[in-house]
Amino acid sequence: MATNFQEKQQSAPPLMGRIGNAQTYSEVQRPQKTFETLLRVWFYLRRQKIALIFTAIMVVGTVCLDLIGPFLLGRVIDGHIITRNLNGLLQILVLMLLVYLSSGSLYLLQSYVMAGAAQRTMRDLRADLFSTLLHMPLNFFDRRSHGELMSRLTSDVENINQVLSNCVAQIVSGSLSTVGVAIAMFFINPRLAAVSVVTISLLTILGNRWLAAKTRIRFRVQQAALGRLYGFMEETIGVQKVVKAYGQEKAFTTQFDVVNEDFRHSGIRAQSYSGLTGPMMNTIHNTAYAIVAGVGGYMAVFGMTTVGVIAMFISYTRQFGRPMNEIAILYNMLQSAMAGAERVFDIIDETPEVDAHHVDLVQKIQGDVLFDCVSFSYQKDVPVLKEVTLHARPGQTIALIGPTGAGKTTIVNLLTRFYETDSGKIQIDGRDIRDIPKVELRQQLGIVLQDTFLFSGTVKENIRYGRLDANDEEIVEAARLSNADTFIHLLPNGYDTLLTERGSNLSHGQRQMLAIARAILADPAILILDEATSSVDTRTERHIQEAMHRLMEGRTSFVIAHRLSTIRGADKILVINHGEVTERGTHAELLAKKGFYWRMSVSHQEESPKPERVLLEDDAAICVLENEL
Amino acid sequence: MQALLKLLQFLRPHWRFAVMAPVLMLCEVVLDLMQPRLIQRIIDYGVARSDTQVVLGTASLMLCFMALAGLSGLGCGYFAVRAAYGLGGDLRAALFRKVQSLSFGNLDNLETGALITRLTSDVNKIQEMVMMMMRGMVRMPLLMLGSLVMAAVISPRLGLIFIVILPALTIALIMIIRKTFPLYRQVQEGLDGVNTVMQENLAGVRVVKAFARTEYESRRFALANNILVQRMTDAVRMSSRTTPVMMLTLNVGVVAALWIGAGEVQMAGMRVGELVAFINYLGQAVITLMMFSTLTIQISTAQASAKRVLELLESEPILMSPGHEIKFASRPSGKVVFDNVSFNYSPANPDLVLKNISFEAEPGQTVAILGATGSGKSTLVQLIPRFYDVCQGSVTLDGVDVRKIPEEELRRHVGIALQESILFSTSIKNNIRLGEPDASFEKLSTAARNAQADEFISKLPDGYEALVGQRGVNLSGGQKQRLAIARALLVQPSVLILDDSTSAVDVHTEGLIQEVLGLNSYRQTRFIVAQRISSVLNADKILVLDNGEIIAQGTHYELLDACEVYREIYDSQTENGVITYSGN
Repeated sequence: MATNFQEKQQSAPPLMGRIGNAQTYSEVQRPQKTFETLLRVWFYLRRQKIALIFTAIMVVGTVCLDLIGPFLLGRVIDGHIITRNLNGLLQILVLMLLVYLSSGSLYLLQSYVMAGAAQRTMRDLRADLFSTLLHMPLNFFDRRSHGELMSRLTSDVENINQVLSNCVAQIVSGSLSTVGVAIAMFFINPRLAAVSVVTISLLTILGNRWLAAKTRIRFRVQQAALGRLYGFMEETIGVQKVVKAYGQEKAFTTQFDVVNEDFRHSGIRAQSYSGLTGPMMNTIHNTAYAIVAGVGGYMAVFGMTTVGVIAMFISYTRQFGRPMNEIAILYNMLQSAMAGAERVFDIIDETPEVDAHHVDLVQKIQGDVLFDCVSFSYQKDVPVLKEVTLHARPGQTIALIGPTGAGKTTIVNLLTRFYETDSGKIQIDGRDIRDIPKVELRQQLGIVLQDTFLFSGTVKENIRYGRLDANDEEIVEAARLSNADTFIHLLPNGYDTLLTERGSNLSHGQRQMLAIARAILADPAILILDEATSSVDTRTERHIQEAMHRLMEGRTSFVIAHRLSTIRGADKILVINHGEVTERGTHAELLAKKGFYWRMSVSHQEESPKPERVLLEDDAAICVLENEL
Repeated sequence: MQALLKLLQFLRPHWRFAVMAPVLMLCEVVLDLMQPRLIQRIIDYGVARSDTQVVLGTASLMLCFMALAGLSGLGCGYFAVRAAYGLGGDLRAALFRKVQSLSFGNLDNLETGALITRLTSDVNKIQEMVMMMMRGMVRMPLLMLGSLVMAAVISPRLGLIFIVILPALTIALIMIIRKTFPLYRQVQEGLDGVNTVMQENLAGVRVVKAFARTEYESRRFALANNILVQRMTDAVRMSSRTTPVMMLTLNVGVVAALWIGAGEVQMAGMRVGELVAFINYLGQAVITLMMFSTLTIQISTAQASAKRVLELLESEPILMSPGHEIKFASRPSGKVVFDNVSFNYSPANPDLVLKNISFEAEPGQTVAILGATGSGKSTLVQLIPRFYDVCQGSVTLDGVDVRKIPEEELRRHVGIALQESILFSTSIKNNIRLGEPDASFEKLSTAARNAQADEFISKLPDGYEALVGQRGVNLSGGQKQRLAIARALLVQPSVLILDDSTSAVDVHTEGLIQEVLGLNSYRQTRFIVAQRISSVLNADKILVLDNGEIIAQGTHYELLDACEVYREIYDSQTENGVITYSGN
């Protein structure tokens, strides 16, 4: 006889917005610094002060009204129905209606306000996280996989969102109403109250604790099995073509059956236990009713209480037990959200890139670049550059050549200040680049990489990335100079054609031409180019060459070169091997030296199928870093 | 709904569990429905008649019922999990087998990410839903119906309240859900927007930094973020209407019951306990309805998953198996003949990728294929292991049309090192032994040596046992390619195909690999797809491909004389010179 049904906490709003179902399977992750993390979430929430105060008032209001409901009900039963006295019944019923109506409206208002506050908090948190990422040095990204970072940005943030949107108000009002109900019950009938409060609290706490212990281990086992299953599927299906090419379908299916079966068993064990929660809570409630009805009835027989009070108590009992139950269920959600928040804050706490403090506007750079005894390593004890010194005068073209992993790309990475030197200094126009704000510095540098990154957007927008205030004519002009104009016109919507993610609907060569157009538009004083290698066909290659030469005119250019024509035309050639400049000079000078450079170009011109053993792939770890640029 | 129902056939092997769960749920519901009646007994027969015997007896009965209900609920939960996980496991296995049976053509059309989603989160959603259905779908209607019947038994007049309240609430809930659905779809779009900006800033971090576009990206993100927040707020606000609406309806019902009930008690001799029991039943029915709406939402998301899963399950491999299968009595000699072959990836596209290709490769010959990107080189060699079927003409191995040879048999004799060297995250040893998992160590190390991989492998901390990938060593592009070549060499196929698989290997090592291949110890017919002219100089036959056609074939010197395109490629790589120390 649950007579007051103001149990709004009993079911959260439908979780349709839930992304994926990481929750369902993830083992409950334990936060490490609960208090600290809670405090920081609170700092975000606190910005919504007015909304929070408002919500708090509403919550207190609804909790009070929820206590009045059953009380009135008891009065009706004892005062009117049992005594068959209809006088004044109408008034009290109208009062009840009013109580319910205002409780409902308060609840509606509260969830309306809270939704806005929670979402604004999420917005702030997400914005802070993103802005941290924007200001991270590159080695931060080297240390982490994109997948890992994306999962923080999406599922961790989503977990926090679930808790903020659904649980905060629920937990607060739940705890409040538990306390309120307990007080009311003790006030009305202490003995009956003691019986029901003790029964429910004891059973709920013990039951959940027992279950949680049982579930945790089994969930961990299930989670591990799930990881193996997903890992196996991702790997096999991702490279299905290789599996087929080697006719290994059967072997892989057999392996799959083992992991699949393993997951099924562990899943059944874990889910059977976690599925106990529902029936268990149901049983606890029913036990409480039976006890309240039995003890209450017994007391009523001896005149120690009334039927109305029993009705009241059964209703209160439900109101008392339900929030406890819910908090127990929410506990898992809360824990993984806390763990997620902790990871999010870990990122927000990372040290951002160091930047020059004083911002005095640099005049248009002339393009005099000096590397003075520069050493650098990505990982400690694995030096990539050793005391490299080089000097490029304004307008000169410097060709960097050498085997993969020799350190060519690293020179570029240091000039752009993607990474900081370990020792030595780099100067542009006689001024240490550490004294130039990065934004200023990079605005003067144009970079064209082999693998061009395109954003999802139109062709025009992608070129405009070079200079945001460029007008359409300037964009077309840049495209013409980079030889991109021709193929852009062949695209379905010309300059307004939407490029798919990472520009996969364009070829390698076409993407590179767009990158050149970008650089032309940016009109930088210093250029950094990475020539394409084998993957582009001869004709496209020529177009790109042409465009690159056009771009290099009148600018200081660093070219990671692969083509002899480019190298020959350079003012200075630097041969880099094992992190050191081993040879430097013009084409003619280097040939005369009969060193590494000479061997390399000669071996090529003779097309000897057995060139001298001079060029080997370098240390694998460095290769990976190098390949990324 | 159809898609879901079709998938329910996977419950068949687990029918015992699928039946037991609802049956036990039925027990639980019946026992639950008894509770209000028992409380009524305490009030009307115990308290009213001051009979402690009745009070205590009934309370004990309640406890017994409660224990039984708990046991039933427990059993139901267990059987539901058994059934759902049985279905999930079987479904996953069926999907995995389906993927294994698909042809390259199918795989091209299915994005890997989407494929994996179907096997993972889609199957999970279906599994979850089945579990919920086993419990909720039985519990809710039964509880609702039961409450209605019990209430009507107590008082037909009061029963009228049900008839007013339940339909009204149903309509209200449907209206809210209808409005909520599109809102959540918009939330999803907003989320995609935010994720795209994030993803692009991670993948394109160097570009963003190089152009110093931090400010611009911040603005872009703020825009997407604000849109998401607005939509999310709208959706949450809409969906949080359900609870107060339901509670209010219910409480209005309670007040009405008290009003009518008071009259009934006075006039018609209704008992107080009965009135209280009635109110309890009313509450049960309304809460059930509320849960029903949550379940509807879950079903509709599972529905979308079921459609995707079914689509995969019902797709047919494009390549048909030959009716009568031919097996080679002994190792084929490796004569490959292309007879007037034309090919196209999709029948809808009129542009042919390969046009009228005819040539012969004698056993033991080396055939090189040269041409610009997109000229059809890779496509041509992929027709030999029958990754795709020709549209016209035929490809034969030792005079047998490849379409008449069972795929497994064919691929045992045709080894291919694909353009993209793909390694599994297992040991180097297992990666090389992919085609022949029980190959001896001697065979393994010979293959590695011939692919010039032995040297770097032996320098690794764990040698051949070293793990590849995230948990293990990082290999350079050239090293990966050499492992892929070793893998192809290990199976000692009659026909060996190297599809641009030395592009990242330095010239010196490539020379050594070619030298070993030149010995041709296993008398293999070899196809070499290459960009560099240095890789094809020693071939017995060079095919020059342009726009899907063979424009010339012959040896290096023949082609230098006769073929202008060949000369052009040759010139561009020698006079202009591509320095071939790296090729990433």
